[in-house]
Amino acid sequence: MEKHATKQNLYRGITFALLFATWMVFSGLFDVFHLTLGVISCGFVTFLSSDLLFEDRSTPLKARLIQGVRLTGYGLWLIWQIVLANLHLLKLAFGSKSNLQPQIVRYESKLLRTDFAKFLLANSITLTPGTVTMKILGDTFYIHAISDIAAEGLDGEMERRIARVFADREKEGNQSQDS
Amino acid sequence: MIITIISMALVVGGLVFFLGASTGLIRFPDFYTRMHAAGKGDTLSSLLVLLGFAVYQLKDFQSFSENWLVLLVIVKLLGISAFILLTSPTSTHALMDAGWEDEVEPEIQKGRENHLNDDYPKF
Repeated sequence: MEKHATKQNLYRGITFALLFATWMVFSGLFDVFHLTLGVISCGFVTFLSSDLLFEDRSTPLKARLIQGVRLTGYGLWLIWQIVLANLHLLKLAFGSKSNLQPQIVRYESKLLRTDFAKFLLANSITLTPGTVTMKILGDTFYIHAISDIAAEGLDGEMERRIARVFADREKEGNQSQDS
Repeated sequence: MIITIISMALVVGGLVFFLGASTGLIRFPDFYTRMHAAGKGDTLSSLLVLLGFAVYQLKDFQSFSENWLVLLVIVKLLGISAFILLTSPTSTHALMDAGWEDEVEPEIQKGRENHLNDDYPKF
């Protein structure tokens, strides 16, 4: 019971720190009056909804930090993919219409279990060249591909990268995730 | 001077991608392909324009102790970028899903598959 309460307070502290950092960035005023207002409002929000931010608290903080670092690396790779996607789009937009072969293909996800990982995969597919996720039914992603090349590009490399980010958590297969 | 040029290059690059997105939006054949243009073109071009603004903020940057308030503006701009990066694909996805639910018929190239209609028929 004692340990549970400490953990609760730890997450309260993290929530408060995040909120207060946001407050300082957005206000840009550092006199006593505005900082007091910030402490009061952030404290109030923390008191009301500190249990909203990190839904799954079974993962230790250290593992979470490692995941954050890996996620940043993935983000950088994703930004490169976005650049490629836009160049591809530019080519299609100004090129001949015969380059378009619209089609809807299936993609079976085998590695990802959690909702957050699936959300990340769907978003990443949308950001990469020529493909947009239309629907997710269970483990099956339905993807609208704008050309044959785009459809062939769905080889599961992205899924492996995402699975690597959540490597330790995916094994447990727990359903609830933080947002 | 150099900073102004870099930020101008970023903003102009963003505008080129915006132009591509709008051209695609007009030229592509059906709703779904047009969503490709709108969803993808917007993401990178807004990011580039915002990044250009962020770089431009450094123009009068002399020393950290005097001009550190500028950094707050940059953090805000980067925050907007991160927000766009998350929401833009999500809204594209939501619109496409809504289009399918509302029975907007996609134009499929002859001989290519429409697996979604096999598993979740609408037409």
